[in-house]
Amino acid sequence: MGDIKFMKGNEALAEAAIRAGMQGYFGYPITPQSEVVEYLALQEPKHDFVLVQAESEVASINMVYGAAGAGARTMTTTSSPGFSLMQEGMSYIACAELPCVVVNVVRGGPGLGTIQPGQGDYFQAVKGGGHGDYRLIVLAPNSVQEMADHTMLAFDLADQYRNPVLILSDGAIGQIMEKVELPDPVTTKIEKPWASTGKTPDRPRNVITSLYIKPEDMEQKNIELQAKYRKIEASEVRFEEYLLDDAEVVIMAYGVTSRICKKVVDLGREKGVKMGLLRPITLWPFPVERVAQLAAQERVRMFVTAEMNAGQMVEDVRLAANGRKPVYSTGRMGGILPTPEEILDFSLQHMK
Amino acid sequence: MKTGYEKIYERPDTLLSTRMHYCPGCMHAIVHKLIAELIDEMKLQEKTVGVCPVGCSVFAYDYIDIDWQEAAHGRAAALATAIKRMLPDRLVFSYQGDGDLAAIGTAETIHACNRGEQFTFIFINNAIYGMTGGQMAPTTLEGMKTTTSPYGRLAKTAGMPLKMCELVSQFDGVAFAQRVSCNNPANVRRTKKAIQRAFEIQQQGLGTTFVEVVSNCPSNWKCTPEVSLQKVKEEMLPYFPLGVYKEPRS
Ligand SMILES: Cc1ncc(C[n+]2csc(CCOP(=O)(O)OP(=O)(O)O)c2C)c(N)n1
Ligand code: SF4
Ligand SMILES: [Mg+2]
Repeated sequence: MGDIKFMKGNEALAEAAIRAGMQGYFGYPITPQSEVVEYLALQEPKHDFVLVQAESEVASINMVYGAAGAGARTMTTTSSPGFSLMQEGMSYIACAELPCVVVNVVRGGPGLGTIQPGQGDYFQAVKGGGHGDYRLIVLAPNSVQEMADHTMLAFDLADQYRNPVLILSDGAIGQIMEKVELPDPVTTKIEKPWASTGKTPDRPRNVITSLYIKPEDMEQKNIELQAKYRKIEASEVRFEEYLLDDAEVVIMAYGVTSRICKKVVDLGREKGVKMGLLRPITLWPFPVERVAQLAAQERVRMFVTAEMNAGQMVEDVRLAANGRKPVYSTGRMGGILPTPEEILDFSLQHMK
Repeated sequence: MKTGYEKIYERPDTLLSTRMHYCPGCMHAIVHKLIAELIDEMKLQEKTVGVCPVGCSVFAYDYIDIDWQEAAHGRAAALATAIKRMLPDRLVFSYQGDGDLAAIGTAETIHACNRGEQFTFIFINNAIYGMTGGQMAPTTLEGMKTTTSPYGRLAKTAGMPLKMCELVSQFDGVAFAQRVSCNNPANVRRTKKAIQRAFEIQQQGLGTTFVEVVSNCPSNWKCTPEVSLQKVKEEMLPYFPLGVYKEPRS
């Protein structure tokens, strides 16, 4: 049984990272995620991890590269503009197959935007914001509890697949305070014989690189990466369902909006409309098969996606539904939380 | 068997026999050899992690038989920072060109120096972007012709060449900074000594160590290796004076 605490989402994430055995944290302040680095700075003397406040997000993501390449469990956290600065590094890390955890506590954009919660970075997170063909495993927590749980999971998935894992949170989940049961600290250490730690006589030198100058080698690297991504798609899809068994209207939302949509489902059912919620927990890999199954069921009339952006995840839902059922998109932009009534009204209008 | 010859030098064990891609006369190759000799002599192979840049020396990991990490262009100092923080008992060095260290990576360089990160910079200043075909670098001399300064570098618009040794020696975090060259045998020996001192000071944990090698690029300077050495002496060294710029406080 772990400790039970009342914490902010960002603090729960930071505490969980310590418990996951994080050895190196590198970050640059930005609202609404600064509590992570502030919390870690307070805890640092009591624990055995290294904290560096980097000179920029460009530096922090490259410090994460270096620490991961040296075999350490490592993490950086940021918010939207900072995540944009990290994209070159994300691409290098993905190609060099370095395990690490990156957190984007999303705010409203584009540009400098607003410090209010947003979901406008979905495309950047799941389609790859950097150059080249690569994928991040993307987790989307919707509670303070999940900020902690997903952090533990993220470190494990990163090591298991030697792949960067992104926690795509938002300013609301990062800032709210809730009860959280903190996970027990991890005690086992994972062997990383590939890490660059000093060449010993028993092995050839280890080189962490994303450089494959011959096109044949670069293609082979891509083939290997894609094979890994197919494996992740087959094994790591995670989602939560709420009242989907008899649902005629399937609402889809993640992060803070999924909490609002639970209320939409309840309100809809009070009005006699059979609604249900499908909440992707992994945004990549996306629950494609579950959406396809639902789209194939006769009783399902339509999908409604609710996002705090102009409609981004809706494209993945449409791809998965493959034209079998209509998929409508609603939500608010610019850092405004949609109300349950707005989403319900939108859904009811489209039922006519 | 008596051959009449006495062996006075052989390839350092740590220098692999892979054929180098460097152009004839390029000092990158000499500096690689010196690093390999030092790693052998100081018995550092098991303890060393190098960081490669993006630049002509991007393939340094094919030539020196140690563990490496290959950085994005300009980010070697960020990697080296984290590697040394994670593995404090290892010897860590970054090997970077002028475009890498003093243009795209200036912020990482300066902040690593200012924090006093305990690794060694080996900075190859050839006043040009070698790898990409001879464009103007932050260290290109005034009036020097490159593909992006075809009429010669104009101080009015491009500023004067950056003097990195002078710059980094201002930071309290930097324990040792020396500018050397490999333009003659005596200077090659001095370069080796400077790198050795940097490694020793790193092992003593005294702060950041920085060795700038005033280098050449015969291919993009469009001259023979011999003429390139003359240019190092007559054009580079007057602007980039050799010497120790920072010593650890005793
Ligand atoms: C982000 C990014 N921008 C530009 C480049 C292209 N590029 C590769 S090497 C280089 C400059 C290399 O010059 P220098 O660092 O002086 O090394 P040298 O080749 O002279 O040893 C440039 C601009 C790149 N690889 N990445
Ligand atoms: S291009 Fe210049 S720096 Fe690069 S290997 Fe050739 S001579 Fe050396
Ligand atoms: Mg250069």
